[in-house]
Amino acid sequence: MELLLVSVLNGLLYGMLLFMLASGLTLIFSIMGVLNFAHASLYMLGAYFAYEISRRVGFWVALVIAPLLCGLLGALIETYGLRKAHRHGHVAELLFTFGLAFIVEKLVLMVWGPTAVPYRVPPELDFTLFSVYGTHVSAYRGFILLISAAMFAAIWLLLTRTRMGFVIQASLSHPDMVASLGHNVPRVFTTVFAGGAALAGLAGVIGGNYLVTEPAMAFSMGPIVFVVVVFGGLGSLAGCFIASLIMGFVQTFAVVLDISPADLLARLGVAVTPATPLAEVLRVPLPRIGPFLPFLLMVFMLLVRPRGLLGTRDT
Amino acid sequence: MSGATIRRRGGARRTWWGSWAWFSALGLAVLLPWIIFDWRHGRHDGFAVALLTQTAIMSVFALSYNMLSGQSGLLSFGHAVFLGLPAYVTIHVMNAIAAGHLWIPEELLPLVGGISGLLFAALFGYPTTRQRATAFAMITFGIGELVTAAATMFQGFFGGEGGVTADRALNTSLLGLSYEPAIEVYYLALAWTVIAVVLMRLLARTPLGRMAEACRDNHERVRFLGYDPHGIRFCQFALSGFFAGIAGALYAMTYEIVTYDAVGATLSGNALFMTFIGGVGVFWGPIVGAVLVVIMQSWVGLVSNAWQIYVGVLFIAMVMYAPGGLAGLIVLHGPVWQEGRIQALLLSYARVALPGLLAVLGFVALVELGSSVMLGEHEKGAVRLFGGALDPASPWLWGGGAALLLIGGSIARRQGRALAARWALIAEGTSAG
Amino acid sequence: MTPALALRDVHKSFGATRIIQGVSLEIRRGERHAIIGPNGAGKTTLFNLISGRLPVSSGVIALNGRPIQNRSPQKIRRLGLTRSFQIISFFHRLSVLDNLRCALLWPLGYRVAFWRLLDRERRLNQAAEEWLERLALTARRDVQAGALSYAEQRALEIGLTVAGGAEVVLLDEPTAGMDRGEADRTTALIREITQGKTLVMVEHDMNVVFGLADRISVLVYGHLIASGAPGDVRGDPAVQEAYLGAEAA
Ligand SMILES: Nc1ncnc2c1ncn2[C@@H]1O[C@H](COP(=O)(O)OP(=O)(O)OP(=O)(O)O)[C@@H](O)[C@H]1O
Ligand SMILES: [Mg+2]
Repeated sequence: MELLLVSVLNGLLYGMLLFMLASGLTLIFSIMGVLNFAHASLYMLGAYFAYEISRRVGFWVALVIAPLLCGLLGALIETYGLRKAHRHGHVAELLFTFGLAFIVEKLVLMVWGPTAVPYRVPPELDFTLFSVYGTHVSAYRGFILLISAAMFAAIWLLLTRTRMGFVIQASLSHPDMVASLGHNVPRVFTTVFAGGAALAGLAGVIGGNYLVTEPAMAFSMGPIVFVVVVFGGLGSLAGCFIASLIMGFVQTFAVVLDISPADLLARLGVAVTPATPLAEVLRVPLPRIGPFLPFLLMVFMLLVRPRGLLGTRDT
Repeated sequence: MSGATIRRRGGARRTWWGSWAWFSALGLAVLLPWIIFDWRHGRHDGFAVALLTQTAIMSVFALSYNMLSGQSGLLSFGHAVFLGLPAYVTIHVMNAIAAGHLWIPEELLPLVGGISGLLFAALFGYPTTRQRATAFAMITFGIGELVTAAATMFQGFFGGEGGVTADRALNTSLLGLSYEPAIEVYYLALAWTVIAVVLMRLLARTPLGRMAEACRDNHERVRFLGYDPHGIRFCQFALSGFFAGIAGALYAMTYEIVTYDAVGATLSGNALFMTFIGGVGVFWGPIVGAVLVVIMQSWVGLVSNAWQIYVGVLFIAMVMYAPGGLAGLIVLHGPVWQEGRIQALLLSYARVALPGLLAVLGFVALVELGSSVMLGEHEKGAVRLFGGALDPASPWLWGGGAALLLIGGSIARRQGRALAARWALIAEGTSAG
Repeated sequence: MTPALALRDVHKSFGATRIIQGVSLEIRRGERHAIIGPNGAGKTTLFNLISGRLPVSSGVIALNGRPIQNRSPQKIRRLGLTRSFQIISFFHRLSVLDNLRCALLWPLGYRVAFWRLLDRERRLNQAAEEWLERLALTARRDVQAGALSYAEQRALEIGLTVAGGAEVVLLDEPTAGMDRGEADRTTALIREITQGKTLVMVEHDMNVVFGLADRISVLVYGHLIASGAPGDVRGDPAVQEAYLGAEAA
């Protein structure tokens, strides 16, 4: 029971982090038509910036400054990189972001070294919020939930209450129509890209110390975020949200449920011996397949519903 | 890509110098181990042979990648899977041969790789090729991760962290070779490279190859001509896996060890880099890219930690300014060259190249300075450039590098515009315009 | 005799917008049929439904008596119905010759043959060269299709549609944007290459319509308001009011 509770909490946390990344990715993709490979790189930079800032000034400053820096970086990337690459079409844009992600990883490797940096949870939040059945839930987890909830509320307000928000919403469902609205399309693009980058940076700030801050974090997070976006359906924020939570739960529960297909078969009365075909595959316990599951889910989704959960359009 | 406007079947003239170029490239590949011979010890230069073998393997790999990216307009981010998995299969087959369970002539091992590549590509390709464009890119990326995760998970097939090793001296050669010396493997790899290149070249001229290009240009229209685009993409994907598999088998035979690096994201990224730096619009473009990337990896990699950054920057520069890649640039100059108007451009080129070179120098200096400062910081022990004559943390060096980059860059940019104008003027008179 | 193409009470809505509202139509084998109507009447949408590009909301579409609604475009093409596009749609980076060969491959049974070389296939190349000749594109054989002039692109679009030899041909505004001379040449071309076939054509140019069509249907806001011989349709008061009115005046 306590396992269930804690796992639900962890899954929720992870799902929220995923959504913070995936929502930006979806918005950028839906509006600009760019699959931003560098999105997870901005998440990583957010974490590293936060590490540097909190080391010098403090976590609370980092919480504000690091996402802003990422947003600024995003605006620069959009204005000086993507817009140029766009002349050669969407493929060039995608390749540009891929190259960028690659370079950022190598730069981070060069600047901060190959191992994880000691980016820690701030001491103010490093206490036990409450305990269930002897399992401690740290205040920082509550804080992550709080921040992400506040963030989503803010985005929702921005999208539904502001002029820019309306344009963004309109272009989500009718991407070709934005231009004809007579709107300043480049500004919408820059805003969306910078906003997405800032969100990714924020995810890095609060996720970097919760998980780990290392050069591999971008390339390990990136694919999962893609899975979330494909699974939820391109162009759908709601689908993206549901998919984030599903992936969060799947990943967390896979870690705690220590069973393997062989165990299940044993319950059905079939014993798996080393001689059984695929014995190795059948005996792998669920926690070890954890990283595997999102991709399996994605392939499954594509087979049964190529548009994704709530997707409205093909790619 | 829009950059390179290539005319197919452009008349007899192109054919003879085209095949002349192919044959001289082949001749060079055959002779190079003897040109770079280590006379002092009376043996082949190990480094050079390793480099050549790697180039051959990567050429096949990059060309197989271009069957997707260039011909079919499919951007794969997990192509290493179809090199790595066949490499694992091959290395297991080699071990089985060594143990006497199997008998396959060593010369035909690449075929084992190819067929397993075909099967893996068919398996993964079926769901993947239902998609195209962005979704395809994301899914292949996911599949790359999936297989990498599997490689660390299943010890039996993938051998865990240490990978799987084998000895390539199998004694099953039809030619009586031992394949112990690296040079013998090189010639085997070269032979299979030639076979693969010829086959891929021919494949591009078959109904499937042409329909793949049609799908790339306009996937919807294809359906109204009776074809199912999924079917076309699927076949093309599977065949591309076949050739990647050949590269995989050669990889296993050359290195005698396969680890999860062979299926990993770095190699997948390399396929992309080689292909796009070389040029997707021209058949031989990826070979140029493979040569260049292998050279950067091995030679620049010897002296600098930052070679990957250079590859990445070169890639981005190509994507932004020359989407046809190096081959696209070369082809673009063909008509101008043939009509003897290239001289008119030389001065303009020099005007861009000189400051451009300075900017590159400045950039390299900055990266290298950064790299050595950081290295000093991480490894506790200051790095000295030129035997301690220069302190990498000195602001003078940094300032100099930055100045070179900025000044050279801005001059090169201005001259670049002038060059573009001049090019337009000249190209107007030729068929390049 | 079963009609070549029959529509029975076909409806199509996009969300709440009803674009095709109960169209029934029979097109006899060998007939040349024109569909006319004001902009936005739903003519292209109707073609999209017939050719399988869009699913119908309800109703039946039969090709030679066989229901084809909601089947995939390639299936419908293989059953013998082909269409052209109002917005030119071909393979812009392939040569003109290759475009035509692409159109011929499936009908000639090549499928995804990867063991045959295109240049060695006599039957295919002969057919392609013949089409080049008919379309007056022989001189442009090796040019990238994207580099053709507008009228040439239109000709190629028609060629791509008809080259495969399907029984029933749908052409969506084949002379759109052409001047008088070009339109006349295209009309002659269409007449020649649809000899013995069933042609359904959307067209705004009344010269072309009355020059080619055996029968005319008038589509206005998703309803067929008239269908018949050119003379009858021209005289129909409802048509004059809804559509020809402006031109008759
Ligand atoms: N995919 C779609 N989604 C929503 N509305 C559509 C779609 N396709 C067409 N429409 C609408 O259906 C109506 C009919 O369009 P259609 O293209 O069929 O007209 P048309 O008769 O071919 O006109 P034209 O003479 O201008 O070619 C238009 O109002 C158009 O906006
Ligand atoms: Mg229309």
